[in-house]
Amino acid sequence: MAIINNDLLNQPLIIINIGVQKFAESLSGQEVQVVHIDWSPPAGGDEEMIDLLDELL
Amino acid sequence: MEIGFTIRNNQYYDSVFLMGTNNKISEVDGVINSAVLMGTESNKKLLSEIGVNDPQIDKATPNDLIVTLIAESEEIIRLVLDDLDHWFEGAQDQTSEFQLKTLEDGLGHKPGANLVAISVPGEYAFREAKKALEKGLNVFLFSSNVPISEELALKQYAHENGLLVMGPDCGTSIIGGVGIGFANKVRKGNIGVVGASGTGLQEYTSLVHNAGFGISHAIGTGSHDLSDDIGGITTLAALEALEKDPTTQVIAIISKPPGIDTLKLINNTVSSFSKPVIGCFLGLGHTYDQELQSIILARNVDKAVLSTINALGGQIAGLGIELGEKELSLLEDEKSKFSQSQKYVRGVFAGGTFCYQAQQIFQDSGIDVFSNTPISTKWALSNPDISKEHTLVDMGDDLYTVSRPHPMIDGTFRWKRILEESKDALVAVLLIDIILGFNASTDPVGDIIDAIIEAKQLAQTRGDHLCVVASVCGTDEDFQSKALQVEILEQAGVIVFNSNSKAASFCAKLLD
Repeated sequence: MAIINNDLLNQPLIIINIGVQKFAESLSGQEVQVVHIDWSPPAGGDEEMIDLLDELL
Repeated sequence: MEIGFTIRNNQYYDSVFLMGTNNKISEVDGVINSAVLMGTESNKKLLSEIGVNDPQIDKATPNDLIVTLIAESEEIIRLVLDDLDHWFEGAQDQTSEFQLKTLEDGLGHKPGANLVAISVPGEYAFREAKKALEKGLNVFLFSSNVPISEELALKQYAHENGLLVMGPDCGTSIIGGVGIGFANKVRKGNIGVVGASGTGLQEYTSLVHNAGFGISHAIGTGSHDLSDDIGGITTLAALEALEKDPTTQVIAIISKPPGIDTLKLINNTVSSFSKPVIGCFLGLGHTYDQELQSIILARNVDKAVLSTINALGGQIAGLGIELGEKELSLLEDEKSKFSQSQKYVRGVFAGGTFCYQAQQIFQDSGIDVFSNTPISTKWALSNPDISKEHTLVDMGDDLYTVSRPHPMIDGTFRWKRILEESKDALVAVLLIDIILGFNASTDPVGDIIDAIIEAKQLAQTRGDHLCVVASVCGTDEDFQSKALQVEILEQAGVIVFNSNSKAASFCAKLLD
């Protein structure tokens, strides 16, 4: 049986937003604690380089 | 006609921001076409298709910004491209204080974070979601075009570690009153809902609000969660959480047809629940009704809301697909205006579930409809760009959203299709959906109203009458002003309903 053990539904949300900035804006507009990440494709979007990075990290 | 472009290396912007910037640039006098996008392979292909080719563009990476203009003169091109910073003002307002680049940076600022919302392009989504899960964080994964094998791996990991993955392809969740992604502003209450369909969740929660009731939590699972490939991993976790949640008194599930093994698993799981469970599995039919004794089945979203309210001991009038006296009178009036040759319905939808539910309602009325997202493969459009006979098109389908914002954010792509449909003299009825809420277009009716007016005029010029029917999904608390959106539609002669079920039912009766 699937069980969520961290009680997400019963505590204030603190959100990290990665991607569309507008989503972070709508969350902060609802007075939610949110921080937006200025994301861009890793390794310039080079797939081989990304795989290599993932292996190294 | 002149073509110009500029490339800015290592300058990344999200697709929603790029679309907004492109819209502003496209409004400059003398600009014929513009494209503001990142240098992904699919975007470079798009540029090539509109006749913009250059070795520099070929070399651009997904981190490089490309701004391309087709304009009446070289002067207009220079006017825009030489002052590019002006068009990108405000891009980094939220981040300028911190300049956070990674999840780890974010955790440095919010060490108590409990949820990561991810909306990066699909090919990068797994990487970011896996990192978040490994740090013990729940995930809301908006990104689409994520392979099913990656989805399964993420959900299995989450399951083993007591975490929740909402998505991929998850448009909507409301957790404790907070709307994430495309959600409507609804009052808090005691109704919990799990949905494998973003617009289905929006419709359900809005109808609950509009009926005077409220939502405890609305948990999106992503559109593939109830497939037998995924086995409902997130749905089962969400159902368990709602069963335990002290605020929730009744639970609903909204979805397109699930895998049958998964459906039976859900039925078995909820058989031990203390709370009533209502299930709306669009397109499922009645084949499994006998096997699903633990779930109160509802054929459409309206009926699911009705059953939910009934389970709470409440009553509500006006929901459901049955038409009232006033609507029946309007129906006869509209029918009398059609020419002899007008006989088809065309639907141009932003919401996938609305397209799907409408197909089911037409099918139940004995009307077969083609679609790019058909109920049965028998009714698949051979070319999704070209409608035939009765056709309902989901413009938010993955096919139309690669390198392009969803039509709920940018209605302009729907604009073209509405006009295309109205050029067909055999078309009598145009059915559309308007979706309000957080992150949706600030003026969804304004995005397409000129197209609707032009479409109606086009039919009138031929001596025909185009009946345009719209459903508006949203609440009086959404920032777009539902009352104003409805008023603009009605002033343009559009017949407006509060639910997609009812709008589709009205259209089906128009074709009788």
